[in-house]
Amino acid sequence: MSTLVFLEHHGDELLKGSLGVLAKAATLGGGDVAGVVVGSGVRTLADGAGKFGAAKVYVADDAQLEAPLPQPRVDVIARLVRDTGIDTILFGNSVLTADVAAGLAARLDAGINWDLVDLVQEDGKLVGKRPALQDSVYVDVGWTSEPRIALFRSGSFDPNETGGSAEVEDVAVELEDFSSAARMVDQAHEESEGPSIEDAPVIVAGGRGLGGPENFTLVEELAKALGGAVGATRAVVDAGWYPYATQVGQTGKTVAPKLYIACGISGAIQHKVGMQSSGVIVAINKDTNAPIFEFSDLGVVGDVHEVVPKLTELVKQRKSS
Amino acid sequence: MKIAVCVKQVPEGDSRIDPGTKRLDRGGEGALNAFDANAVEEALRLKDSTGEGEVVLLSLGPAKAQDALRKALAMGADRAVLISDDAAAGSDLVATSYALAKALERESADVILFGQQAGDSDGAVLWAAVADRLRLPVVSQAAEITHAGGKLTVKRQTEFGYDVIEAPLPAVVAVSDAINEPRYPSLKGIMGAKSKPQETVTLSDLRVEADRAGEQGSRTEVYALNDPPARADSKKIDDDGNAAQVIFDFLAEKRLV
Ligand SMILES: Cc1cc2nc3c(=O)[nH]c(=O)nc-3n(C[C@H](O)[C@H](O)[C@H](O)COP(=O)(O)OP(=O)(O)OC[C@H]3O[C@@H](n4cnc5c(N)ncnc54)[C@H](O)[C@@H]3O)c2cc1C
Ligand SMILES: Nc1ncnc2c1ncn2[C@@H]1O[C@H](COP(=O)(O)O)[C@@H](O)[C@H]1O
Repeated sequence: MSTLVFLEHHGDELLKGSLGVLAKAATLGGGDVAGVVVGSGVRTLADGAGKFGAAKVYVADDAQLEAPLPQPRVDVIARLVRDTGIDTILFGNSVLTADVAAGLAARLDAGINWDLVDLVQEDGKLVGKRPALQDSVYVDVGWTSEPRIALFRSGSFDPNETGGSAEVEDVAVELEDFSSAARMVDQAHEESEGPSIEDAPVIVAGGRGLGGPENFTLVEELAKALGGAVGATRAVVDAGWYPYATQVGQTGKTVAPKLYIACGISGAIQHKVGMQSSGVIVAINKDTNAPIFEFSDLGVVGDVHEVVPKLTELVKQRKSS
Repeated sequence: MKIAVCVKQVPEGDSRIDPGTKRLDRGGEGALNAFDANAVEEALRLKDSTGEGEVVLLSLGPAKAQDALRKALAMGADRAVLISDDAAAGSDLVATSYALAKALERESADVILFGQQAGDSDGAVLWAAVADRLRLPVVSQAAEITHAGGKLTVKRQTEFGYDVIEAPLPAVVAVSDAINEPRYPSLKGIMGAKSKPQETVTLSDLRVEADRAGEQGSRTEVYALNDPPARADSKKIDDDGNAAQVIFDFLAEKRLV
C-alpha cells in the first residue's frame, strides 16, 4: 500500500486535521506514507511534516497555487498519483479538501468514500467506517478499484508528533486552463472581538429556528443568566444574523463546554462536529424528527419562543433567591 | 441566461438502508432535497436579474423522482430532465457525476447550480466531480452570488472567514442554505407545473456506456451495516407548557445552575 495524505495549510501552519490523518495513515501499516503540500512558498512547511510521521513529502510550490482553490490542486495531485502509482489518497475534510477530493475522484475515476471516522485493515481489505443517515447507522465501506480516495470527518484523529524528518521532493506544476479560471479576489479573515466562546463553561446557541436576528436576545438573556456565551450555526451567520466569531461547527469553532443548549438548531453533521464533546447537551426544537435530538441528553420538542424566556426566568429567580 | 439546476429526490422523513441491497431504501414517499430548493430559488433570481433565459432541472433518480421535480417546476423552473434507468441504480459519486455530466453537456447552460448537500448522502461533494468532468470552473458554499460582465462573483464561508471568488461563465456553483429563502410555490405555479415539459431520458439516450453506470460504473461498495455506538441515557419530552421547569430541574440535578 502506498498512501498519500493531503497536508492542508493556512498561513504558515499545517492544519491539525490533516496532521491527524497523517497519524492515522501511519498506523495502517504495510507500506509508505507520504504527504503532499500544495501552495506558494510552502517548502518549509513540507520540511516540518516529517515530525508528524511522513517519510516523504511531495511539495508543489508555485505562485499559481497561492490561493486555496481546489481545481489547481486536482491537477497537481492527479499527476503525482499517475506518476508514482500511489494507491490510496487521504484527506481531512474541509471546504477546500472536499472539492479537491471529489474533483480528483472524477479525474482518476477513483472511488471516494466520505465522512469516514476511521479506516482499518480487515481481512486484507481497507475498510472505512462511515456513520450515515444522521449517524443512525454505521456503515462499513470499501473500494472496488485503485486508487482509493477517503475523506475523513473533521476532528476524527489527533496529530502524533513522533519526531523525524521527511525526504522532500518537488513535483511538477502544470495546470489545466479551466482549473485556473476561478480567481480568488478577496479573503476576509474576521478577527473576533470579545472573549472567545471556546473558553466559555456554558454555551447557549441559536439557529435558524429563532426566526430572525432580533430574537437572538432570547439566547443572549439565557446565556447571561447562566454565565455563558452565545453560539450560532452557519445558517444564521451566513444570513448575517450573528457574527462569524460565534459560529460552532466544521467551518467555525470546536467547543466543549460543560453545558450546551441548542435553540432552534437542526443538528446537521457539520454543526455536530463542533459541539458533540460538550458535557451536557440540551436541545429545544419544534420538529420532533430534528437530528439534534439524536445526540442530546435532554430534548424538548417545543417552541423556543415559549420555552427559552421561561427558562431564563427560572434561572434568574434561582440566582436571586 | 440559461441555468441548469441539479436537484435530487430524497426519502421523505426518516431514511433507512435496505439490509439486503445495502442501498438507501427509496421505496417510500420522496421529497425534493430541501437544500436544493435554495439552488432553484437562486436560479430563478439569476434568471430574473438578466431578464430572460431558462431554468432547467436535472436529476438522476427513480421514475417517481418526477414528483420532486414537479415541486421545483411549481416554484418557477421552466422544464425538467430526469435521467432514470434501472441500470443506474446504485451509482456512486463516480457514476453519478458521469451521467449528470453527460446530461449537462447536452444543455450547455451558462450556469450550473447545485444545492449544499443531499440530505440522504450528506456528501457536499458532487459538484466538484461534475465540474471536473465538464472542465468548468467550480465554486462551492456560495452564500451570495452576483452576476455582471459575463462572470459570477461568489462570496462564501470557509474555516477562516469569507472568500470572494470570481468565475467566468460557464461555471458550476454550489449554494449554501443561507443564500436565500426559497419561495413557496403559488397555486398558479402548482397548476402550471403540470403542463411544463418533463422529459425522462435513459442512459443510452445520453450515450452513457453500461460499464460506467450503476454498480458496474461505481468504485465504492458497502460491506456491512452496524448499529451506532450506544449512547448514555437521554430523555426527550414534548413541551406541555412545563418544559422550562423540566430543563431547569435537569440542570439543577446536574449542578449546572
Ligand atoms: C462544508 C460545510 C460546512 C458547514 N459548516 C457549518 C458549521 O461550521 N456550523 C454549522 O452550524 N453549520 C455548518 N454547515 C451547515 C449545516 O449543514 C446546516 O445547514 C446548518 O447547521 C443549519 O443551521 P440551523 O440548524 O440553524 O438551520 P436549519 O437546519 O434550518 O434548522 C432550523 C431548526 O429550527 C427548528 N425550528 C424552527 N422554528 C422553531 C421554533 N419556533 N422553535 C423551535 N425550533 C424551531 C426547525 O425545526 C429546524 O430543525 C456547513 C455545511 C457545509 C456543507
Ligand atoms: N441524483 C442526483 N441528481 C441530481 N442532482 C444531484 C443528485 N445527487 C446530488 N445532487 C446534487 O448535488 C448536491 C450535493 O449532493 P451530495 O454531494 O450527494 O451531498 C445536491 O444538493 C444536489 O444539488
